[in-house]
Amino acid sequence: MNLQNILSEIEKVDGDALARIEHMSRRSIFQNLLKKTVMGAAPVALAGVLNKTYAQSSTVADVLNFALTLEYLEAEYYNMSLATPGLIPSAARPYYEQIAKHENSHVALLKSALGSAAVPKPTFDFTAGGKFADVFSNVQTNYAVAQAFEDTGVRAYKGQATNLMSAPAILTVALQIHSVEARHAARIRYLRGNKGWITLAEETGLPQAIYSGEENVTQGGVNLVTATGYSNVAVSEAFDEPLSKEAVLAIATPFIKSLNR
Amino acid sequence: MVTMEGLSGKASAALGRRVFMRYLGATAAAGVALSACHSELVDPTTGAARPGDAVDLGDIGSKDVNVLNYAYALEQLEAAFYTQVIMTPYSGITDMERRILTDIRDHEVIHRELFKAALGSAAIPGLTPDFSSINFSSRASVLGTARVFENIGVSAYNGAGQYIRTPDYLVLAGKIVSVEARHASIIATLIEPNSTLFASDQEVYPQSGLEEIRNPEEVLQLVKPYVKEIINGRNGRR
Repeated sequence: MNLQNILSEIEKVDGDALARIEHMSRRSIFQNLLKKTVMGAAPVALAGVLNKTYAQSSTVADVLNFALTLEYLEAEYYNMSLATPGLIPSAARPYYEQIAKHENSHVALLKSALGSAAVPKPTFDFTAGGKFADVFSNVQTNYAVAQAFEDTGVRAYKGQATNLMSAPAILTVALQIHSVEARHAARIRYLRGNKGWITLAEETGLPQAIYSGEENVTQGGVNLVTATGYSNVAVSEAFDEPLSKEAVLAIATPFIKSLNR
Repeated sequence: MVTMEGLSGKASAALGRRVFMRYLGATAAAGVALSACHSELVDPTTGAARPGDAVDLGDIGSKDVNVLNYAYALEQLEAAFYTQVIMTPYSGITDMERRILTDIRDHEVIHRELFKAALGSAAIPGLTPDFSSINFSSRASVLGTARVFENIGVSAYNGAGQYIRTPDYLVLAGKIVSVEARHASIIATLIEPNSTLFASDQEVYPQSGLEEIRNPEEVLQLVKPYVKEIINGRNGRR
């Protein structure tokens, strides 16, 4: 352990923390809207509010359409899986159904928020061009692809958070979806005999891009293996890493036959 | 008794001492979240708060350091809880359960240490847990409490994200909250393996598929019974 290095790292982080506070205190124009969202507005009303307020913002609409594309993918995947006779065993149906319910709700919410700006549902190929040829006949493959979608979804939402900072109410909604995807991901992973959390850039037989970068152990400028004495494994598990939109689309593209736009 | 501030490993012990020294030396630097009266109450031998002290988080939304201290307080609580769980495992704990709970303890301690390091002299002191309501020898009590803590944690992070001004901190909060959600899901699965408890209609609004959010005052009220200090904090205003 090099104590001096740790200390200078901390100084750096600490200095940033204090310096940035002063000039970041702009007042949000979304304050009232934010309160409504925080207080738990009914989803239908919420969607209406999102639509009216944010239809003009192309950045926010782009993020929401990106999210909608992923939610279309997940919703149709679970719907088709559940509708395939004999595929999902009865023990797994309760949570497949619960997850499907959430994904379909996310689609409805985002479509409603975007209104006429919503992208159409793509045509999907859940075999990813044959890579997962038995996705609807072999339940283990089906679980594996579900894990791929959920873990990617978590990283995708996380990667978009900073694009929503100007729209706190939307940011909050995105965070509220993000954590649900993480709950799904952990449950599917556990079903497959994996840990609920991601260890390093784990090699699972799924496309490696889904987990690349998850091995990171430096957070906020602090190497946490050095600073805490914990292993790379534990430190990497303690944080989920974001993915850029481009990286997510590269992962999703093999599953998309046509965008239908 | 486990102290929430308890450090693991020589490295973090050294880190803790250094941060503590800086804390003692802190003047009225902008962003220090402690009230003057509180810093006088800090136990000079441990850097920890003393039971009954008031720890003031201020207006959670007014500056990032307050959000970070809010998260630090919650991570202290979780880390102390799981540390106790592993020190005094409940009767009948399986190897798999012990592995899962040890992983979670490690994650929470790492989260706590990160916030402590990032906050430096602006960090609130180590808090003193009050786990007298928890029966650590009972699986149901331990897992039930774990589920409550994880659900509170997720809803707290989800509610506080909108207050964060610095993009890097927002991403950092995002990196942590999804791991807390994974914990919540797995703990719920240990409690009820074949049900919807991992993402139940209680935490995830069934109509929208959105997870519950809580504001800081709600969260602090919920954790109050588990901390001997009095943690004060106000809902964020931007």
